[in-house]
Amino acid sequence: MTSSATTLVLTIDAHTIDVPAGVTVAAAIALACDGVALTRRAVGGAARAPLCGMGVCHECRVTIDGRAHQLSCQTLCAPGMRVQTLGGAA
Amino acid sequence: MNDVDAIVIGAGIVGAACADALSERGLRVAVIEHDTAGGGATAAGMGHLVVMDDNLAELALTSYSVALWREVAGERPQRHEYSNCGTIWVAADEEELAAARTKAHTLSTFNLACTMLSPAELYAREPQLRPGLAGGLLVAGDGLVYAPKSTRILLDRAMRRGAVTRRARVTAIEDHAVVLDDGARVEAQHIVLAAGTGSRALLPELPVQPKKGHLAITDRYPGFVRHQLVELGYIKSAHASSGDSVAFNLQPRPTGQILIGSSRQFDTVDPAVEPAMLARMLRHAATLTPALAELNVLRCWTGLRAATPDGLPLIGPSGARRGLWLATGHEGLGITTALATAQLLAAQMQGESSVIPYHPYLPHRFR
Repeated sequence: MTSSATTLVLTIDAHTIDVPAGVTVAAAIALACDGVALTRRAVGGAARAPLCGMGVCHECRVTIDGRAHQLSCQTLCAPGMRVQTLGGAA
Repeated sequence: MNDVDAIVIGAGIVGAACADALSERGLRVAVIEHDTAGGGATAAGMGHLVVMDDNLAELALTSYSVALWREVAGERPQRHEYSNCGTIWVAADEEELAAARTKAHTLSTFNLACTMLSPAELYAREPQLRPGLAGGLLVAGDGLVYAPKSTRILLDRAMRRGAVTRRARVTAIEDHAVVLDDGARVEAQHIVLAAGTGSRALLPELPVQPKKGHLAITDRYPGFVRHQLVELGYIKSAHASSGDSVAFNLQPRPTGQILIGSSRQFDTVDPAVEPAMLARMLRHAATLTPALAELNVLRCWTGLRAATPDGLPLIGPSGARRGLWLATGHEGLGITTALATAQLLAAQMQGESSVIPYHPYLPHRFR
């Protein structure tokens, strides 16, 4: 078993955070914020958050290491990853 | 419906433009369409408004029509989802660069704004293009619309002048009349056949054959490309009259989505997306813009272009029936050339002089 004490560091917007190895980017976004883990904005400007957690609804899309529209609920965190939420194009 | 001067068969972009042009001249018009207006090749295509110069007749028709589009769409650009993005013809090697120079010269004689681009100028405008290209040609007056919306706008304008639409399938064309699938027979002095690849079902002798094309559209990546990008090699592959081919053709939709083309196949009317053809098209596109391979495709589909043997549309009287006019055979340029087609057809019908000569497009060149 991988030790649950193993952590890695990534950047979510302006925040650098530690998360346990093996968590998804969507989970890291939730850990990094206090309220609802907002990921993106719809074309009309409305805020969006992960819904299905299984790669179907596409509401969890974020920009990861410069690549837009990545499914954060289907992507595991990696050391040094740079994640951008909301600010990217809807 | 029983008291009309002209019946237009087909409410694609060409039929809608004809209804608009004829109603503008005071004719009472009925448009007959069995499906959604603008739902056939009109919806399947890219909506690229492009000046093409394979021959002078094509150049005259496309440049006239692109100018008409700037007037029509320029009035309400957002309703048409119009963008004057321009086209960059991408030259991979010296041979294609020579073709670009020839094209620039030809277009310049028609007073069309075009600029040769060095590799540095090309990459400054389109940084996603692969390294090692020879340069390009920017044709600034080209653009794009969302053709189903433009179709609706043209139809609505005709209807405000009294044109009517009827949802029915035309089963036969007779002298000065059409027969509908409910058995009704509707008469009019003029019948305009504008049914694209469907036209041949009504007039089997028509020199029109389907050319199937695939397209794919991505999620929104604003700024990924900024102009319609077409490889000059496209000219070699697009106009072959047999065999399957793909060509690099990328379009920045105003939504930020990237529309990816193109493919050509003969001898099929099966609308199914063919994974092998789609893969070939996408692989080829990614050779020109490698980062394209990282983008998410949302949807892919196919459409059928109505192609004539010489690549020019059929615009004018048909000898097959009395009172029958043709406005079809526009292949991959139907959105671009719809407005000019309608003007040339209306001018012939009304005995007016036309802005450009209409004889290169007369149907009886194939008799």
